[in-house]
Amino acid sequence: MANFTIEDLIRVLRACAGEGEPVEAGVEIALLSFGDLGYDSLALLETASVIKREFGVDLPDDVVGELDTPGEFVATVNRKLDEVS
Amino acid sequence: MTGAVVITGLSAAAPNGLGTDEYWSATRTGTSGIGLITRFDPAGYPVRLAGEVPGFDPAEHLPSRLLPQTDHMTRLALVTAAWALRDSAVTAESLGEFDMGVVTASASGGFEFGQRELERLWGSGPEHVSAYQSFAWFYAVNTGQISIRHGMRGPSGVLVAEQAGGLDALGHARRRIRRGTRLIVSGGVDSCLCPWGLVAQLPSGRLSTAEDPARAYLPFDAAAAGHVPGEGGAILVLEDAESAAARGAPRVYGELAGYAATFDPPPRSGRESALRRAILLALEDAGLGPAEIDAVFADAAGVPELDRSEAAAISSVFGAGGVPVTAPKTMTGRLYSGGAPLDVAAALLSMRDGVLPPTIGTERPAVAGQLDLVLGAARAAKLRSVLVLARGYGGFNSAVVLRTVDRTG
Repeated sequence: MANFTIEDLIRVLRACAGEGEPVEAGVEIALLSFGDLGYDSLALLETASVIKREFGVDLPDDVVGELDTPGEFVATVNRKLDEVS
Repeated sequence: MTGAVVITGLSAAAPNGLGTDEYWSATRTGTSGIGLITRFDPAGYPVRLAGEVPGFDPAEHLPSRLLPQTDHMTRLALVTAAWALRDSAVTAESLGEFDMGVVTASASGGFEFGQRELERLWGSGPEHVSAYQSFAWFYAVNTGQISIRHGMRGPSGVLVAEQAGGLDALGHARRRIRRGTRLIVSGGVDSCLCPWGLVAQLPSGRLSTAEDPARAYLPFDAAAAGHVPGEGGAILVLEDAESAAARGAPRVYGELAGYAATFDPPPRSGRESALRRAILLALEDAGLGPAEIDAVFADAAGVPELDRSEAAAISSVFGAGGVPVTAPKTMTGRLYSGGAPLDVAAALLSMRDGVLPPTIGTERPAVAGQLDLVLGAARAAKLRSVLVLARGYGGFNSAVVLRTVDRTG
């Protein structure tokens, strides 16, 4: 069972594209949209390319383009990790 | 509508001072920002001096999200633009988003960013190249990032004419305002101080290979032997005069009263440089005669042949020694698209304070008698109209006339 976590994603996002918009306490970050967090499509492409290098998961651009929330992003990475393991 | 276009805000990022106040106090006192290149090891290059903007920590001024996607020149441009807008007291709420546009000049693009990503491409592979390379290197990126950051969705663009482009951007900004846009953020900020950027400039043969910062860039001097490259520039806020008054703009630095651009004949044609014609057209556009111009901020190439043709153009229009001429860029090096906007900022501040900043370094003018150069120290002067000249590698000549504005109500 793969375990790419929301913390992994946030860490890579911040390294690639800087701090996101502040999130209120108690709000589930996984459910917010990337737009609300202040990350655009290029931030996600950059993040996907770092995740490929770090975790060996290939996320094609068209797949990344369909991901709206951190939760979806994490689930997709874990599904891909399970496929290759 | 009077059609008058005025400058209501400005800011500078220059090798001899970051921010208007630091730049202007250094410039008035003849303080140079030229020194050994520190951004990379220049030991293996024939050009080792440059003007680098001091004390700039981008993280101190910009949100972290803008850092991974911006070249050094864009960071400088964003910070300078924010300061210029603050100076003009324009906020996103002052005017509609389509009433405000951005027109900057660029001479190259984000070369430092681009070099790093090219090194990754060839050194590590394509998957190591930043997604932001798609635009961070691009010559239009400063205009785009300023527009996005400040929500300015009116007519925007970028002008490319090497060192002359900074004046062409102001001319185009004025054109846009006359066509109905209330405000344009304009000017230019460049930086090309990476190995790739520097090497790309070497074939022009115009860069100084001198080792002594005090003797490296000596325009109009008998010992002139090229220019020192520099980084930085200025951003200016241009507005329709009536619109600026209606929103209660706190200050008006002056009017962009005249603008013209010409192009030189082919090299070795034997024909005269078109710089003189640019001066005459800009004066005509401003409705002023040569006797009404109180000072000239020269392009000051620092290349003997170009210095001679500029001195000839100025003296043929104004008469030998007929107008004070200065080149504060001797303290910064040539800033490419940022150089002329910085001169415009300096000229506006000169008009405000009644003082002409000096030309430093130059001691023995090769053009003695032709030009009344402001050498060594600043000179007090009542300035109502000032001419700023800029020439770009490849044959570009541009001229701008600035005029004080009486605010009597």
